[in-house]
Amino acid sequence: MAKSNTGFDWITILIYILLVGFGWVNIYSASLGTNNPVDFLNMDAPYGRQALFISLSILLIILLLSIEAKFYQRFSSVIYSISLLSLAGLFVFGSTIAGQTAWYKIGSISIQPAEFAKAATALAVAKYLSGIQTNIKDFKHQLKVFLIIALPMILVLLQPDAGSAMVYFSFAFALYREGLHFAYLLLGFFAATLFVATLAFGPLWVIGGILLIAVLVYLKNLKRKPNLIKYLFFAAVAVGFSLSVNYVFENIFKQHHRDRFNIVLGKEVDSRGIGYNTNQSEIAIGSGGLFGKGWTEGTQTKGHFVPEQHTDYIFSTVGEEWGFLGSTFILILFVLLMLRLLYLAERQRSTFTRVYGYGVIGIIFMHFLVNIGMVIGIFPTVGIPLPFLSYGGSGLWAFTILLFIFIKLDSERISF
Amino acid sequence: MRKLLLYIIIFTTGLVFLARLFYLQVINDSFAVRSQDNAIEVVYDYPQRGYISDRNGKLMVSNQPSYDVMAIPRNLKPFDTTEFCEILSIEPEELGRRLDKAKIYSPILPSVIIPQLTKAEYAYLQEKMRKYEGFYIQKRSLRDYQVDNSANVLGYIAQVNQKKVNEDPYYISGDLIGRSGVEKVYEELLRGEKGVKYIQKDRFNRDIGPYKEGIYDTLPTKGKDISITIDAQLQAYGEKLMKNKRGGIVAIEPGSGEILSLVTAPTYDPALLVGRKRSPNYTRLYYDSIAQPLYDRGLLAEYPPGSPFKALTGLIALQEGVVDINDTFSCNHGYTYGRGRRMGCHPHASPLDLVPGIANSCNSYFAQVYRKTIEKYPSPQEGMDTWNKHLKSFGLGQFMGNDLSTGRPGKIPDADYYNRIYNYPTYKWYASATLSNAIGQGEVLMTPIQLANMTAIIANRGWYYTPHILKKVDGEPIKEEKFTVKNETTIDREHFDPVVEGMHQVYKNGTARSLQIPGIEIAGKTGTAENFTKIDGKRTQLTDHSIFVAFAPVDNPKIAIAVFVENGYWGSRYAGKIASLMVEKYIKREITRTDLEKWILEHSLEEEYAKPISGEPFIINQ
Repeated sequence: MAKSNTGFDWITILIYILLVGFGWVNIYSASLGTNNPVDFLNMDAPYGRQALFISLSILLIILLLSIEAKFYQRFSSVIYSISLLSLAGLFVFGSTIAGQTAWYKIGSISIQPAEFAKAATALAVAKYLSGIQTNIKDFKHQLKVFLIIALPMILVLLQPDAGSAMVYFSFAFALYREGLHFAYLLLGFFAATLFVATLAFGPLWVIGGILLIAVLVYLKNLKRKPNLIKYLFFAAVAVGFSLSVNYVFENIFKQHHRDRFNIVLGKEVDSRGIGYNTNQSEIAIGSGGLFGKGWTEGTQTKGHFVPEQHTDYIFSTVGEEWGFLGSTFILILFVLLMLRLLYLAERQRSTFTRVYGYGVIGIIFMHFLVNIGMVIGIFPTVGIPLPFLSYGGSGLWAFTILLFIFIKLDSERISF
Repeated sequence: MRKLLLYIIIFTTGLVFLARLFYLQVINDSFAVRSQDNAIEVVYDYPQRGYISDRNGKLMVSNQPSYDVMAIPRNLKPFDTTEFCEILSIEPEELGRRLDKAKIYSPILPSVIIPQLTKAEYAYLQEKMRKYEGFYIQKRSLRDYQVDNSANVLGYIAQVNQKKVNEDPYYISGDLIGRSGVEKVYEELLRGEKGVKYIQKDRFNRDIGPYKEGIYDTLPTKGKDISITIDAQLQAYGEKLMKNKRGGIVAIEPGSGEILSLVTAPTYDPALLVGRKRSPNYTRLYYDSIAQPLYDRGLLAEYPPGSPFKALTGLIALQEGVVDINDTFSCNHGYTYGRGRRMGCHPHASPLDLVPGIANSCNSYFAQVYRKTIEKYPSPQEGMDTWNKHLKSFGLGQFMGNDLSTGRPGKIPDADYYNRIYNYPTYKWYASATLSNAIGQGEVLMTPIQLANMTAIIANRGWYYTPHILKKVDGEPIKEEKFTVKNETTIDREHFDPVVEGMHQVYKNGTARSLQIPGIEIAGKTGTAENFTKIDGKRTQLTDHSIFVAFAPVDNPKIAIAVFVENGYWGSRYAGKIASLMVEKYIKREITRTDLEKWILEHSLEEEYAKPISGEPFIINQ
């Protein structure tokens, strides 16, 4: 048998180790009890449990890398199906914490299947797109792949976990890379812009703006005898969308959703109520200054002013205790990781590996964007963890699986 | 393009995040301040303020505990306002106003809501305090006065104002600070250093231990105890003598420059400016624009010095060599100069030389020697500047660099001054135009402390230590160069003897014959100064000021004194008597001339002071 293994990509593995290690250091600081003696094996403290999760990740990595790469391709449908079942099963067996039915409780361990479903979906999408008959430019095939993505997304949305559901939009990058028309992305982008603009300025201004732009473009193209009907149609759709956004926002969104958007849009400054998280997080990060206050010396972190600081808001600990230099270091690690993965994905001969790689990058990017954006106060409060750094077994393992399957696939790219 | 899109998006996101972090962490520093505010509580521990004793060790000022009700608006919870207001006897509306004000000042910093509770109020409130979340009691130390005099010397402490808080990081709102007198000048000695504790808070505002194990915490340092040069007994006596009069007394120990007493009249009991009554009392004193009890006349009042200034005219003439002590000048009820101008004088023997000139306070004699002094030089400008230089060496016309919280420079004119008012060189001026200076009128202005220091210089025959009020710090005598190095005047020692003799003669057979003290050789000089006020915009002359300077004993001076009594008519009428009694009190510690003392205690000038504000025509100098 020809030697198919070309070696694991140690750059990616090194970045992974740095992120996970630095994550633990910050979780330790953020979850440090006031006067409790420091005990690294203290399983009551998040830092102790995270240390255990990290140790178990090593076993998981060994396991993932020893399985033959072909296995992931061959069994992707099975993995996907099991994942869907685990999500659906939540509505029967799951336990509800803070209004979300997102966990299976087995003894003292809670498992969050939504975290693992992302990797499973990435495998399924890769498998489908790498099929010989599949043509992404074909509308029927498009519908099918949308369905693959939408199924887990809807199940997650029903938990309800809007943040995790949002992550599934990241597959758009993989689809676009494989030939999906740019219009889909553009449409998504316009919809998002209209959505935000409607909330920020109100539907009247936005409608006025749409009509003004339509008229201007129409007049500019007058010599080419533009189709008036077409312009009216697009303007009408845009106006309708804006109005429906307003309707959905005012009548379907819950108050806490509205609040979260309003804070980011600067329409409401309520630092004591719903804005508390963002405000405290900004204070913690801002007070870190250039060099930070030093490890375990953050006054905001010690006083536990930022809620959920060891999970979703872990980046605020980095900002406070390691300052601008530390936060920049983390930003650079993430950017490097994503660029490295892009490079790896592009060197694949196998469509399956490339699509999977793009899935991995998209998921990591979406988490990076939404989480750090939220912590530094330029995104609404959406509760999704920062990959590799945030506290949590399910999250850590899910991202470990996601990443190391790709590392395994990449290592055997010759044989594909 | 399909391969590039994600690269671009990742890069852009990274850059946007980087920019936002740069803004939060490097550019915008308000977050750092807010972090200190909500995570770290700063608790101060106030030390005892230093005690103040007089030169003989008599305690003048000590401390009493005081309790301020403080509030941190952010931490306030709804409470039983009625009960709270009842305990503290405050109107609910007033409480509401103060809490609003505190909130505007800062929601997270403490503000004083009710200052300076009594012990009884505090004891009762303390039991209930836990019911009023957000309020707490800050213990401070207030002044406890052991004397009812020296208010102007000691000064007072009060809550620091916002301007000072902004300027000096040591102070926070609600701190007490010396606002005048010794309390102000020696604030840093007296206050000590407050201790500080940094306490790490959690988001429920609970203490979770010292910040960084307390490495930044400090213990309070007690303020230093100081002794001042004032003789409390003499000061009390001076204030007693000055009852119902306006003016000042300054007494200096010539050999050391120590200020023995610094009396201003009218004055007030220093205890008035302590505790919850401080504010209304202060307002009352502040708005008394007629008697002006907060105005320290001993330091601030600039009067024409009158005849005592003749001693300096004589000294300068001797130093400049324009006269000999035996040169005589005639006086025909005055001195006629220029084109028919005349300076009047009272009847006395004529002609006179220097010693009887001083003893008889002959205007004519000093006018002529002054003129000779100025005219010794080719131009009146040079003459005037020489004269000015001599007077400056007596500490006149300038802030003396003493350690008092307030003061005025007085005025000694120079050539520039006269060039300006006479519009030189368009118009010329000569010594005769400035002749009134010779007898301490004209353009010369002096404060009582300058007058006292001038007397001390004559007593010392030519030198002085800068007058000062601080004697010891924590029992150690002060060593400041400013107060322990002699200032020499430009007049040679030999010229002082005839002047001292002349001033001695004032008591023996001159204008103060009736004021001799049995057993004490005393030298002095009377003075009378014309003064004017404006009534309905019209310049109106008032009864003359009564001025007296003296020192004793003549050969070994222990005290030099200047007394100034507004509208006291002539020198020996009020000021001379008071000076004589003060000197006797200080040297003998008892008064032998009880009839003289009785006369002063029983005589009031209130009637005189009422004249210009009565709105009716009045007669002066009766």
